[in-house]
Amino acid sequence: MIQNLNLLIIFSILSAVGIMAVEKKMVRWIAFTGAAFQFIIVIGILFAYLGERALGNTAQFLFEQKSVWFDAFHIEYHIGIDGISLAMLMLTSVVVMTGILLSWKTEYMTKEFFFLLTSLSAGAYGFFISLDLFTMFFFLELAVIPKYLLISIWGSGKKEYSAMKLALMLMGGSALILIGLIGVYFQSMGPDGQHTFDLIKLAKMHIPMEAQRYLFPLIFTGFGVFTALFPFHTWVPDGHSSAPTAGSMFLAGISMKLGGYGCIRVATYLMPEAALEYSWIIISLATIAIIYGSFVTMMQKDLKYINAYSSISHCGFVLMGIGMMTKTAMAGAVMQMVSHGLMTALFFGAIGMLYERTHTKDIDKLGGLLKSMPFLSSVYIIAGLCSLGLPGFSGFVAEMTILVGSWQRTGLFERITSVIACISIVVTAVYILRAIAKAVLGPYTNEEHATLKDARWNEKTASVVLICSILAIGVLPFWLYNLITPDTKLIIEKIAHTF
Amino acid sequence: MDLNSLIYLKSELCLLLIFFILLFMKIFSNDQNRNVGILKLVNVLLFINLIYGFFFNVEGQLFNEMFITNPLLVMEKNILNLGIFLISLQSFDWLKNHKFIIEYYLLLLSTMVGMFFMISSGNLIMFYMGLELSAIPLAAVITFDHEKARSAEAGMKMILSSAFASGMMLFGISLIYGTTGTLNLNELSTAITGSPLQVLACIFLMAGFGFKLSAVPFHLWTADVYEGAPVNITSFLSVISKGATFFIFIRFIQKIFFHFPGPWSYMMFILIAITITLANLFAIRQENLKRFLAFSSITQAGYILLGLSTNTPSGEGSALFFLLAYIFTNLGAFGVISIISNHTGKENIGDLKGFYQTNPRLSWALALSMFSLAGIPPTAGFFGKLFLLTSGASNGNYALLTIAALNMIISLYYYIRVVKAMFVDAGENPIETIQSGTHAKIALIICSMGILLIGFAGGLFNYIFALIS
Repeated sequence: MIQNLNLLIIFSILSAVGIMAVEKKMVRWIAFTGAAFQFIIVIGILFAYLGERALGNTAQFLFEQKSVWFDAFHIEYHIGIDGISLAMLMLTSVVVMTGILLSWKTEYMTKEFFFLLTSLSAGAYGFFISLDLFTMFFFLELAVIPKYLLISIWGSGKKEYSAMKLALMLMGGSALILIGLIGVYFQSMGPDGQHTFDLIKLAKMHIPMEAQRYLFPLIFTGFGVFTALFPFHTWVPDGHSSAPTAGSMFLAGISMKLGGYGCIRVATYLMPEAALEYSWIIISLATIAIIYGSFVTMMQKDLKYINAYSSISHCGFVLMGIGMMTKTAMAGAVMQMVSHGLMTALFFGAIGMLYERTHTKDIDKLGGLLKSMPFLSSVYIIAGLCSLGLPGFSGFVAEMTILVGSWQRTGLFERITSVIACISIVVTAVYILRAIAKAVLGPYTNEEHATLKDARWNEKTASVVLICSILAIGVLPFWLYNLITPDTKLIIEKIAHTF
Repeated sequence: MDLNSLIYLKSELCLLLIFFILLFMKIFSNDQNRNVGILKLVNVLLFINLIYGFFFNVEGQLFNEMFITNPLLVMEKNILNLGIFLISLQSFDWLKNHKFIIEYYLLLLSTMVGMFFMISSGNLIMFYMGLELSAIPLAAVITFDHEKARSAEAGMKMILSSAFASGMMLFGISLIYGTTGTLNLNELSTAITGSPLQVLACIFLMAGFGFKLSAVPFHLWTADVYEGAPVNITSFLSVISKGATFFIFIRFIQKIFFHFPGPWSYMMFILIAITITLANLFAIRQENLKRFLAFSSITQAGYILLGLSTNTPSGEGSALFFLLAYIFTNLGAFGVISIISNHTGKENIGDLKGFYQTNPRLSWALALSMFSLAGIPPTAGFFGKLFLLTSGASNGNYALLTIAALNMIISLYYYIRVVKAMFVDAGENPIETIQSGTHAKIALIICSMGILLIGFAGGLFNYIFALIS
């Protein structure tokens, strides 16, 4: 029963409908209960999955379900998970649940807020479990409008501009993905001469190399827009900063991972030869994103902009891991996706909590908050240290894995880019330590900050959940690594190279 | 004429029956206070007509293949029946206080009969006759807003442009007859030789079709006529008139146009590219909701042309599916606009600011239509558009696919603008809460349900596809 992946989507729809139906007081509880149920279901799926694998089930995807949707185009509703999807599902469930907890105090149009948040989560869950390209695209597009509405109604700063920019750029990415997907559809020639949208069938076919040369850039760039591939990253700073707290958590924590997952699952998995050919471009762009992202972050004064630009930098690591095309690097990329998702959710959550109390995001105007709000400031410091890559937290594990995997490539170009990526760690340290020092340590810049209240129950719960998840990966990384590696190995084995 | 022919002509005869019932009601009683009763009766009759469309679907031909019918054509006609029923529901509030309601329905029904004959035609003369029968009452009913000069101007523009376009088509038809010696569509598909004179004939035919379908550069009448006509007639024009023309256009592609693959693909490429792109760019600047939807419907016509350009069964199926989704979408949008227009007379996007605070359900209905037009899941428009794009790329024409996909970004911008005005912007003077009439509510509920549900009805699409192949 727990193995029915449809439960995740059904619960999202049920909570969305429930939210619109009840009165305002019960709305948050319904949303939270739905998200908590989904969290429990994902944990159950995790144990069921590990049990199946322990029993020796070596099918690539488990818990598959398939039903014909549109026969004329060979579109099926096909879902299933493997280790990578499961990692992303766990990330989604934690971030959604904590996001709802941290938005408890939303007063303006509460119903619509939680409705949109729940529909976003439906889109994310559906995307990670789908095994059919059309279904995947369906769920990807589902999320565009809720994001736009969340930012433009409940956001801050130049919210309308940021929301429109985000919507249009993500739509641009989707348009590129669409062209690529249709191209893949027509290039696929099944055993009975039929085209197909099904991922598993497509993986067994070989797409002709000339087609791969133009389809791969289309799909990779399309998904790359979601993951802040340089130079399509410009929606990230404004989008993340103008969004409300839960919106930023979702955007940075999950939405950017949709792109990374798509890059691995669709672009690299289906067209590995082209991926190898273009890997030098991917690595270059990723390295630029890492370095450029971290240098620009050093110049920022606004806390949310600091975190947004640092997201560009961290997601650059994901792309570099994908570009390096070794088993370890790709596993590191997935781990970085999970780790960064949790970490940035925590960081945006902490910033949101600080903003709600001090009404400013400018680090020059903040100071000495550790004295008046010890819990919140500690959460903030932990989030910062995780972003920094402090051992014991998940960020260290993920980045180490990527760099070790990159070092396995012996070419000069790859070695140089790995070294450059390492340099960014220093720059990250600079801006994180500065953000921490200026915001929570030192004297008060504003005497009113001495009387602020510390975290409430919902904020404490959300922070503890996120910190525990980060520690679970940081202190005991092997369970996540062993979950992911069999699948990245499969992906790499499609390319007839061994490193 | 035997019993069989009555069954073949059932859709047309049903409409004519309603026509004559209304005509006799008009002749024999002129009581002005029975407006509401008459309107309710008409709605019931149209509903019965819609239900009756699902039965007795047979295949056959009459009058030496001048009139053909098969389950596919009957389904197409029933889709139009659904459209006219929804429009009639939405016209209820406006017509309650109008002087000439029976004439309104008489004209609309005449247009529909003309369209049905046009869809069922197997002969170029029958096609032309249906075309003219559909065009003339339509131009008359466009002028139905008798107090506004804009309405009369729109009607004038419509009839003159219509006549000119029909004239061009007739010239094309005459050239085809001159070069092949036959007017029967089935015989034409074997008699077409591809000579230059026939290419010329096709260009004239295409010009006429381009006018009816509002393809750029034949679209110049669209914005003004849509803006000037009464809202419900605008919805009729945008959905039913276009839909009917597409239905017959599909058969023309199969029988005539696709025998010139070179000129056809060249012509389609340019037509589709400039239709989608130019209409998108013009739509960005529109403030009036009716003009806005006019340009949006030009773009959607471009997408349907893209799906049809490769003459594959999947393309035809996608076009039919998209037209069904398009009926729900556009009638949903026009439904909300007609409710607003009837109660306040406002028609601009700027007037919608703050609409969500006062009229949440109407806002959601309009927003749903906008999302469907933009191609956002889970609405029906997403599926329709995706199928059209997939069919359009089936001959490897990725350049056109790229143009179409990139234009979706531009279109998202202006559709979101409407949603933004309603949900995000705070208006100083928002439209006050409107109590919409029951009929309009029913129509909106049907449209919203249609938009949300038919995307998931894979069976519906498979049924359509089975009818085609």
